[in-house]
Amino acid sequence: MAQSLGILKESASQTAGPYVHIGLLPNFVDIKGVYESDLGSAMVNEQTKGERITICGKVFDGAGAPLRDALIEIWQADSQGFYNSHSELRGTADPNFTGWGRQPTHMESGEFRFETIKPGRVPYKDGRLMAPHISFWIVARGINIGLHTRMYFGDEEQANSEDPLLARIEHRVRVSTLIASREGNNYGFDIYLQGDRETVFLDI
Amino acid sequence: MSNKKPETGAFWARDHTRHPPALTPTYKTSVLRSPQKALLSLDGTLSEITGPVFNPSILGELDNDLIHNYAAPGESAIGERIIVHGRVVDERGKGVSGALLEFWQANAGGRYRHKKETYLAAIDPNFGGCGRTITDEDGYYRFRTVRPGAYPWPNGVNDWRPAHIHFSVFGHGFSQRLITQMYFDGDPMIWSCPIVKTIPDKAAIEQLIAALDMNNTIPMDARAYKFDIVLRGRRSTLFENRLEGN
Ligand SMILES: [Fe+3]
Repeated sequence: MAQSLGILKESASQTAGPYVHIGLLPNFVDIKGVYESDLGSAMVNEQTKGERITICGKVFDGAGAPLRDALIEIWQADSQGFYNSHSELRGTADPNFTGWGRQPTHMESGEFRFETIKPGRVPYKDGRLMAPHISFWIVARGINIGLHTRMYFGDEEQANSEDPLLARIEHRVRVSTLIASREGNNYGFDIYLQGDRETVFLDI
Repeated sequence: MSNKKPETGAFWARDHTRHPPALTPTYKTSVLRSPQKALLSLDGTLSEITGPVFNPSILGELDNDLIHNYAAPGESAIGERIIVHGRVVDERGKGVSGALLEFWQANAGGRYRHKKETYLAAIDPNFGGCGRTITDEDGYYRFRTVRPGAYPWPNGVNDWRPAHIHFSVFGHGFSQRLITQMYFDGDPMIWSCPIVKTIPDKAAIEQLIAALDMNNTIPMDARAYKFDIVLRGRRSTLFENRLEGN
C-alpha cells in the first residue's frame, strides 16, 4: 500500500427544504428583529457604477408549475469585469458593488426579481474574454443539491457567439436556455428544471 | 481579514457518488424538480473560483445565540440548551477562514416559525429559529441554541424527520456553495429518514452526524455537539500558468 493522500471528502448536500427562508431570508417570512435586513436583498446603491438592469423570471418544475418556495442567489462581476473577492488579483472591484444577491421566488406568482447592474466581461483561463454573464444558484424543497447555471444577455450576440462555455454545449438548441431576453432595462430569464426546455445546469 | 495569501486554483471536481442524485423517488418532491439531462462539466473559471466576502461587522451580538436572538428581554427559548461548534475545512484539511454559516431549525417541540408549517406542536414565543456566524482565521465557529425536536412531514403517511439543524455555507469560491443538514449522534430516526437516505453513501451520512462533545460543554448550562463541515478542495496554482488552447 502507498501512503494515503490524506484527502477529506466534501460534506454531502441536503435539500434546503420548505423552510429555507427562515434561515436565509427571515425578514421575508416575518421573522423580524433578528437581522436588520435580509442579506443580499439590495445589490446596488446610488454610487454603484454601471448600467442598471432588472432580471425577472420563474423557475418551472417538470409539470410546468412555477416554484413558489425556491431561493436563488446570483454572483457576478462589476461593470468593469472585476469580482469583489479575495481571489480577484487582476484589479479592485467597485467598492459599492458586492456582486452577490439573494432573492426568493414570490410565494404566489413564483417570480423572482434582482435589481443589479450589467457585468463587464471576464477572461476565460486562456485569456479570451467570456461573454458577460451572471452565475445562478438555485435551491428549494425537492432539490437535493443546489443547481448552478449561468445567465447570458440576449443583446450580446457577438460576445455570446465567442463564449467558451456556450461553445461547449453539444446540443446547440439548448444554448438558448441560458440567454435572457431584453426588454428595456429588464431581462427575462426563466429556468426549467425538467422537460423539453430543461435549462443547461453546470457541474463547475 | 486574514494575512493568508488568496488562492486562485480551480476547485476539485465534485465527487457525486457521495452526494444525493437529483432524482430520489422516495423523497417525492424531487420527482418533478430533478434535472434529467447531464450536467455540463467545466473546469472552474474566475466566475466560480471567486465568491462573495462577508465581513464580521455584519454580525449582531446575538446572531450566534438562538436561545436569545428572538426572545423577549429576560426570556429565553425553551429546550435542551446546546453549543454547536466545529471547523469548516476544505478537502485538503485547510481551515476555511471568513466562511459565512447560516443555520435554521425547528424549536424544541419540532415546530418551525413559518406560515406554511402546520404541525400541531406549539410555537415557542421566544424562539425564531435562525442564526449565523463567520468562521475565524482557522475555520472555527460556534453558536448556542436548543436541540430541535423531530417532526412529521407529508411524504409517506408516517415519515418523520430526525432532529436536525440546516446549514448554509459559503467558502471562498461560489462553486463551494453548500447547503446541508446536521444530525445528532444516537438518534434512531436518522436511518429511516427519506431525506437522509437520498445520500447513497453510508460514510457520507455519518459525516453529517455531530458527536456529543462533553469536553466542550458549559457545566450546569449547556452540552456541546461538534460538527465539522468539509468544502471542496482546490488545486494549487503552482505549475498551472500554462495557457490552454481550445
Ligand atoms: Fe427541517
